[in-house]
Amino acid sequence: MSGPVIELQSVARRFGGIQAVRDVSLKLEEGEVVGMIGPNGAGKTTLVNCITGVHPATSGKVLFEGRDVTRQRPFEAARSGLCRTFQVVQPFPEMTVLQNVAAGALFGQKISRLSQAYDAAHEHLEFVGIDQFADMPASNLTLANRKRLELAKSLAMKPRVLMLDEVNAGLNSAEINGALDLIKKISDQGISIIVIEHLMKVIMTLSQRILVLHHGELIAQGDPRQVVNDPKVVEAYLGEKFAKRIMGNDHV
Amino acid sequence: MSRYAVILFALWVVVLAATPFFAENYVVRAAIVIAMYSTMALSWNVIGGFAGYPSLATAAFVGLGSYVGAVSQVNGVPMVLAWALATLVVALVSLAIGALLLRLKGHYFAIGSIVLVELFRLIASSWSSVTGGGNGLNVPLLRWEPDDVGLFILMVMLALMILAFAMNVVVKNTRLGFGLQCIRQNEDAADMVGVNTTKYKVAGFMLSTILCGTVGAVYASWVGYIDPSESFQILLTLKVAVMALLGGAGTLLGPVVGAATFVILEEVVWVNFLSWNRAILGVLIVFLIFFLPNGILRTGAFSFLRSDGASGSKRA
Repeated sequence: MSGPVIELQSVARRFGGIQAVRDVSLKLEEGEVVGMIGPNGAGKTTLVNCITGVHPATSGKVLFEGRDVTRQRPFEAARSGLCRTFQVVQPFPEMTVLQNVAAGALFGQKISRLSQAYDAAHEHLEFVGIDQFADMPASNLTLANRKRLELAKSLAMKPRVLMLDEVNAGLNSAEINGALDLIKKISDQGISIIVIEHLMKVIMTLSQRILVLHHGELIAQGDPRQVVNDPKVVEAYLGEKFAKRIMGNDHV
Repeated sequence: MSRYAVILFALWVVVLAATPFFAENYVVRAAIVIAMYSTMALSWNVIGGFAGYPSLATAAFVGLGSYVGAVSQVNGVPMVLAWALATLVVALVSLAIGALLLRLKGHYFAIGSIVLVELFRLIASSWSSVTGGGNGLNVPLLRWEPDDVGLFILMVMLALMILAFAMNVVVKNTRLGFGLQCIRQNEDAADMVGVNTTKYKVAGFMLSTILCGTVGAVYASWVGYIDPSESFQILLTLKVAVMALLGGAGTLLGPVVGAATFVILEEVVWVNFLSWNRAILGVLIVFLIFFLPNGILRTGAFSFLRSDGASGSKRA
């Protein structure tokens, strides 16, 4: 496939009087890792919601592999390979860790036998490194491991595009390094990834390209180092001090 | 899957089926009532237990089944065919209504479903050219020996109870049950892993009503007379939900244990405290729900029945 995996054409989303996302157009190539940054309330999560059908765009178009998917429902998005994790983790609390991931395999991938789903689930749990907790109720996991569970659940759905909504928020720096390695490994499998994050270290390490949202508008996009220097981005989000520090260190 | 649950259930069916051969008619009648309520509570379990949608529409579909069965029989349809027709009509009606009703969640769904009972009752009492209105309907009686009628109805009700139990076992061990449990625990997350939540909920709702329709039609043939206020009772709807919760919603045996416990309690209280029976029964139920909020089967004594953690529930 040569065209972009995802293409947004002037996507806008309005909630009553609030314009959460306005006129956003962008493309995501196969296997690309794109970072999305912006202040709180800039519309980052809303944009992901537009792509996955949770809150369909009020105007504009979302194309997935050339197909118009603007109006698809969340479960259809999930089945077609548009998967996401949530800012606030969303496990099935009383199910075991294994069953949580099996749900992804069972419904996202349309595996019909429970035993096959469990086998697949074990593989993904091993991949994210929490297979030893497979039989524990999901609600007993630590935050770091719950975020890994979310990842395993999404991976079990065989995603084409993975949208990671602040998977690193609330983790300590050792945990973040683990998560970074994991995301790189996922990207190596050819899955396109959109990373929403406030931690610039994560964004600068992972992203091949950065998108910056502010008041629902895409104010900059492109090469990470150029974007970070863009006066508009510095003013809206990063602040002078931080921009200097990034440039001073030359690399993070 | 719990093998113990299946074995215990089979033993219980044998005990109930044997009652006509060693006990008096009163006990046989109680066995019929237990089988009838077990069928309804097991049906309720699919939507209320697995999916966590507390449906209070049981009486609406039992009543609808009664009326479809009775009206067909009055118009000359043979009894067994009338039962099948009642089942079919209830399935179609619940499919159509489920598609509308399951847009509601939580308490709103519970209220919406209980309204069905009242709505159906009003239709039955107003549409007198077909249903006989408030005068009710006389259903052709089974002109056999009373003992034979009892035995026959008992076997039919037990067959329905076995069907309802089998339905629970099948649902619990397939994608449908897994999806419904995902919905109960986190409906948004279920949507996000690719569960077609609307379709699953409607399927669950439909399964929870089908056998209720059959039970209603069989009941009408058994008692020989139905009227709107007896067929569409809010009390019945609540009883069935309480039974399932009492035993343990979302488990295989819970609804069976709950129905048996409830019917036996009701009989004991009725016999011993004629004028105070409703009040005493009410206090007992409040007491049980307070101290066993997760149902009898989730107390420590029955831990051997819980083979997997998938069904644990703290919510009612």
